[in-house]
Amino acid sequence: MSEFLPLSFERRMDTVEFRVSERAHITVDGEACAGCSTQGCVVACPANLFIPTSDGSILFNYEQCFECGTCYLVCNVEGAITWSYPEGGHGVVFSET
Amino acid sequence: MATSFDVIVVGAGPAGSAAALAVARTGRSVALVERGPFPGSKNMYGGVIYGRILDGIIPNWWEQAPIQRWVTRRGTMIMTPTQAVTVDFRDEGWGVAPYNGATAYRPEFDAWLADHAVEAGATLLCSTTATGLLKDGSRIFGVRTDRPDGELLAPVVIAADGVNSFLAKEAGMYHHSEPKHYTLGVKETIHLGKQTIDERFGLRGREGADFEIMGCTGGIPGGGFVYTNLETVAVGVVLQLPGLASQDKRPEEVIGALKAHSAIAPLIEGGEVVEYSAHVIPEGGMHMMPDLITDGMMITGDAAAMCLAAGIWLEGVNFAIGSGYAAGQAAVEALRLGDVSAAGLEGYRRRIESSFVLADHRKFAEVPDLIMGERMQTKYPQAICNLASDIFTVTNPVPKKGFQSMARAELKRSGLKLSEVGKDMWAGFRSFR
Ligand SMILES: Cc1cc2nc3c(=O)[nH]c(=O)nc-3n(C[C@H](O)[C@H](O)[C@H](O)COP(=O)(O)OP(=O)(O)OC[C@H]3O[C@@H](n4cnc5c(N)ncnc54)[C@H](O)[C@@H]3O)c2cc1C
Ligand code: SF4
Ligand code: SF4
Repeated sequence: MSEFLPLSFERRMDTVEFRVSERAHITVDGEACAGCSTQGCVVACPANLFIPTSDGSILFNYEQCFECGTCYLVCNVEGAITWSYPEGGHGVVFSET
Repeated sequence: MATSFDVIVVGAGPAGSAAALAVARTGRSVALVERGPFPGSKNMYGGVIYGRILDGIIPNWWEQAPIQRWVTRRGTMIMTPTQAVTVDFRDEGWGVAPYNGATAYRPEFDAWLADHAVEAGATLLCSTTATGLLKDGSRIFGVRTDRPDGELLAPVVIAADGVNSFLAKEAGMYHHSEPKHYTLGVKETIHLGKQTIDERFGLRGREGADFEIMGCTGGIPGGGFVYTNLETVAVGVVLQLPGLASQDKRPEEVIGALKAHSAIAPLIEGGEVVEYSAHVIPEGGMHMMPDLITDGMMITGDAAAMCLAAGIWLEGVNFAIGSGYAAGQAAVEALRLGDVSAAGLEGYRRRIESSFVLADHRKFAEVPDLIMGERMQTKYPQAICNLASDIFTVTNPVPKKGFQSMARAELKRSGLKLSEVGKDMWAGFRSFR
């Protein structure tokens, strides 16, 4: 049963190919997040890209993003997340291998 | 400089490639715009493709499609953390042409379908993101892209840009969607090798197994799945967004608990995770469906929330192909008659109204709510597993209890009222009849 536990989050994400773009396709306004009581993005983002900081804000990095849309769909604070797709050819590339 | 086509299709998923194929076959010019480096590179699913819709589009598709396995065994599992009841169905008939369902990798399947559109004459533009609509008043006449030569013009645009459809949103076609209509799907592709999979799942040759699982999401409304590919097994969960966001288990932890379950762990033991993936699913059906047609544009597939997610069914690829092909045909018809207004594109609605695409959605309109409710998610699985345990646990020297008294006791223990069960059965009966 426990064979699967050693898969660290880092190794899990290493199985995914990302063609990282120079431009951040998602930006998060940390000030807006500081006033957010739910911070649902933190638990919901499958890539674990929303990191709460000690001052109640959010640290975000776009590089290993699945482009799924979960974060903007669960966020209730207008303007906290600016979301777009990466430029063509960039971002996540699935292969199932 | 802007380039002109008869039709622009945004998104080379199953909906977009089917649309482009329908247009290209009539000799009309069509651009198929895909933001990924190749079709399928952005797309993940469970998954099983139900091919009946392909029969009329690509005859004998099964002889050439990149299929992993033909599903001949289909199970529904109902779980609690320590128990599982499985309804296990096999049909040999599903293992021969024309087949029923097939597992396939989307990066391969989507590329294959797009190839058909290209062979028919479509212009595939990969690594190209459509960034907005070109509009004259409310009439749409093309898209802006992030290519250097920017704009693509066409009298008809078909939005096949998937669940987040920024094109449909920009055109103001979404009115009723809410976060509760969406689920996050996460999955692990686990390599085990063909022989191990054949042995553990009881399969031979190209036979495949497909399990849908209820009660495995730790109280978050949703479900789970296990699918066999040729050399890998896919294990995943789908989690309703507000339910996921308002508790403290992360998606990979929910998969981890499923993988550790005594009914699943022996099937995948020793396997290596070769890819982790995530994608959002529109599960609200009719309750979230946007407007489908506006002047110069039609919305298809997941972009139009046409994925059918009704508990033991999770079908989107077939609905995408069905709606995409219909939109392509309607575009050609409208161009021929010289009217690409919303009224001129009504042929799209007519086609999907008379096919499974909208018929199934209407029939199952109330099912997503029923399935995502608390009783279906936790109370019924608990009651069903406990009842099975009562039936199979040998209690002597205490004499066996009658079935009826066991059932009554379990309903009570799971906090279920007979009136609620009756109500759900009636709702289920009405939806599925
Ligand atoms: C976990 C999970 C399990 C599933 N299981 C199954 C299953 O077993 N069987 C089944 O039939 N269905 C299943 N589905 C549903 C199925 O995947 C979808 O319904 C189906 O992919 C919809 O096809 P589509 O062509 O409409 O959209 P998509 O497949 O999402 O394709 C949209 C395409 O548009 C492109 N695109 C998006 N925006 C732009 C833009 N602005 N510019 C250019 N290109 C763009 C994307 O890159 C993508 O290629 C599952 C889904 C998930 C997430
Ligand atoms: S991104 Fe939205 S949900 Fe997340 S912390 Fe900021 S405001 Fe809250
Ligand atoms: S789009 Fe998905 S993967 Fe990317 S940051 Fe948002 S939730 Fe995370």
